[in-house]
Amino acid sequence: MKKYLSFFRVRFLMGLQYRVAALAGIATQFAWGFLEIMALKAFYETDASVYPMTFQATVSYVWLQQAFLAFFASWMVDTELFDMILNGNIAYELCRPVRIYSLMASRNLANRVSRAVLRCLPILVVAFFLPQPYRMGAPQGIVHFLFFLVAMVLGLFVSVAFFMFVYVLAFYTISPQGLRIVFVSLVEYLSGGVIPLPFFPEKVLRVVELLPFAAMQNVPLRIYGGDMEGAEMLRALGLQLFWLVALVAIGSALCRKAERRVALQGG
Amino acid sequence: MITMQDVCKSYKVAKRNAGFGEACKALFRREYETIHALRNVSFTINDGEMVGYIGPNGAGKSSTIKILSGILTPDSGTVLVDGRVPYKDRIRHVAQIGVVFGQRSQLWWDVPVIDSFELLKDVYSIPQKQYDNNLEELTSLLNLSELLRTPARQLSLGQRMRCEIAGSLLHSPKILFLDEPTIGLDAVSKLAVRDFIKKQNELHGTTVILTTHDMQDIEALSKRIILIGKGEILLDGTPEDLKKGGQSIDETVAELYRAYDI
Amino acid sequence: MERKIVSRVRLYLHYVSINVRSAMQYKTSFFLTTFGQFMVSFQVFLGIYFMFLRFKSVKDFTYSEVLLCFSVMLLEFSLAEMFGRGFDSFSGMIRSGSFDQVLTRPRGEILQVLGSKFELTRIGRMIQAVIMFAYGITHCNVDWTVLKVLTILLMIVCGTAVFAGLFIIYAALCFFTLDGLEFMNIFTDGARETGKYPLGVYGKKLLLFTTVVIPYALVQYYPLLYVWGRTDKVWYAFMPLLALWFPLPCLVLWRFGVHHYKSSGS
Repeated sequence: MKKYLSFFRVRFLMGLQYRVAALAGIATQFAWGFLEIMALKAFYETDASVYPMTFQATVSYVWLQQAFLAFFASWMVDTELFDMILNGNIAYELCRPVRIYSLMASRNLANRVSRAVLRCLPILVVAFFLPQPYRMGAPQGIVHFLFFLVAMVLGLFVSVAFFMFVYVLAFYTISPQGLRIVFVSLVEYLSGGVIPLPFFPEKVLRVVELLPFAAMQNVPLRIYGGDMEGAEMLRALGLQLFWLVALVAIGSALCRKAERRVALQGG
Repeated sequence: MITMQDVCKSYKVAKRNAGFGEACKALFRREYETIHALRNVSFTINDGEMVGYIGPNGAGKSSTIKILSGILTPDSGTVLVDGRVPYKDRIRHVAQIGVVFGQRSQLWWDVPVIDSFELLKDVYSIPQKQYDNNLEELTSLLNLSELLRTPARQLSLGQRMRCEIAGSLLHSPKILFLDEPTIGLDAVSKLAVRDFIKKQNELHGTTVILTTHDMQDIEALSKRIILIGKGEILLDGTPEDLKKGGQSIDETVAELYRAYDI
Repeated sequence: MERKIVSRVRLYLHYVSINVRSAMQYKTSFFLTTFGQFMVSFQVFLGIYFMFLRFKSVKDFTYSEVLLCFSVMLLEFSLAEMFGRGFDSFSGMIRSGSFDQVLTRPRGEILQVLGSKFELTRIGRMIQAVIMFAYGITHCNVDWTVLKVLTILLMIVCGTAVFAGLFIIYAALCFFTLDGLEFMNIFTDGARETGKYPLGVYGKKLLLFTTVVIPYALVQYYPLLYVWGRTDKVWYAFMPLLALWFPLPCLVLWRFGVHHYKSSGS
């Protein structure tokens, strides 16, 4: 456990070193949030009757999405890891006294958390004081907030577990680049990164909701604003748990198989 | 002719401290320090000379080369290369010089070397006839015929350096700047590169200024050495001046570094 | 003078050809990247498509009008990226020190930086832009005239120039700092995203900003109003030309940056 913590600390320090980059990132994310809300507002003003969420819930959705971008961003794949797998340097990691799967997962987790920690607070604080209609709302209620926290952690784990699955697949494919391109766009779209899932046509949504992609940002971001509650919320949390277990199981099993192969062939 | 007179150059560098607390502090305040890369540097180099420019890392070697090749503007002092001020008249100046940075490549990585040369022909607007003649001569002197059709990424370091040097001479420059041309090369390539530079100098009277850490380069090539340390010229003379009573040149230089505390 | 221009164009074409030949050394990677570029903007399209399954219009603009808007903006952006990639990725050139090499060549810096990268993979985005464009023009009942075709051409050329100007600002800033230039994405990627809808739908303030400060609206909203026949003002068709002021200060900033680089050297 200690080695993982120290790894996290190093990442975090590195993030702090690039303070200007962090500030610029925050500014960029603000601008993105504004632009997104402005577009949604245009649709809301056009015809509020078919708008699938409350407007306030979408505003909170957008700000939370920006604040925790690093948790779920699919383009934040660790290219270093891909390279290590491609050129066989991963074999060196085999010599260290840690499991490859947990090493890669903690590395990925550290990357995402350290980036988000640095950026989420300033974004959220400012978003709470913005003029209407851009102001971020308070959580729907204390229970919602608690479930939001749980779903957030689960969502982060699911997204890390999913990308672990993609990394591990890279062991088995000849074109990790193609793999990355396909999965990056798939995750981005089907997790609600481009438009929130409630804006999907109903029939499509019924299928998409069951996929692992919907178990990432979709659940916490919608619970917060009260767009998801009661039985629907519990079902979504259950699905998050299911996908987390399933993805970790499949990922680590595939990884162990790949490890044995790498060990045999020497990379 | 190259003259540098009382040239000074200093940089401001931000300090970066280690540690968590320091990193947090740096979020709000940054400290700068001034580094004097060159202090009152003066020398004259005549046409056709071969000069070795030596000194430890950070002594001001590359600042000098950058100033002479028109990349960098000095804070004060005068610089004249064949009557031109390099940094004021960049385009006209660089058409007459060749520069090889040992650790950077001017070749396109993924296409055959000859394609990069063809591009350089257009960059320098070299007349076809002059290009053909130079290419032929360089190919035979540097033994490039096998390499020209190979993509640069497949060349060994030594092969690539030979191609880099050829590329920088296609436009028949009067002055050649070589920044660590033998760094990382194997023994055979080193000898080939040295031989070639010597021949180029004899054949075309090209003025050669080279920086290097390799004292054997200096011994083999230059009749004149300029030693720089902490931004000041410490010594300007022949390799013999450097050698006192049979010591190897490496030892002498190490001793000099110690003596000048650099 | 004429000879100089011919020699410059020839050199640029030579750069383009060597770039394309380099890219073709890695055909799989090239096609995958092109495909990836397509996918990225296809997602945005899919977002619009789903929105319009639900909403009949945004403000009073229809689906096909929105597609026309998006396609023109996307085309402008990807053209600028294709030709101006050298500026867009200039931080790499500073980091690796290859800008020093640019300065040791007897050619203008801008020509050499432009030539250093020609990103053919942006064709992936252009293909999508062209498909949407075709759909847009066939479905939004425009009475095509010569002037309207000319308007579209002007939009594309001048819009590319505006985006190129932004890339040049980014590159010029690289001379001073390499930290935090991420914020420039607001204006480049941000404009591409915002430009998927007619800039008028976002309200007066944004429209004013994109008219006066960074003139996207001059190459998207106003001339399209004329093309759609939503305005009788013929001079709206020539608004893209007004946007051509924008690259000028960008070039001044670039000059200033080069000057700074030459005196600070890193």
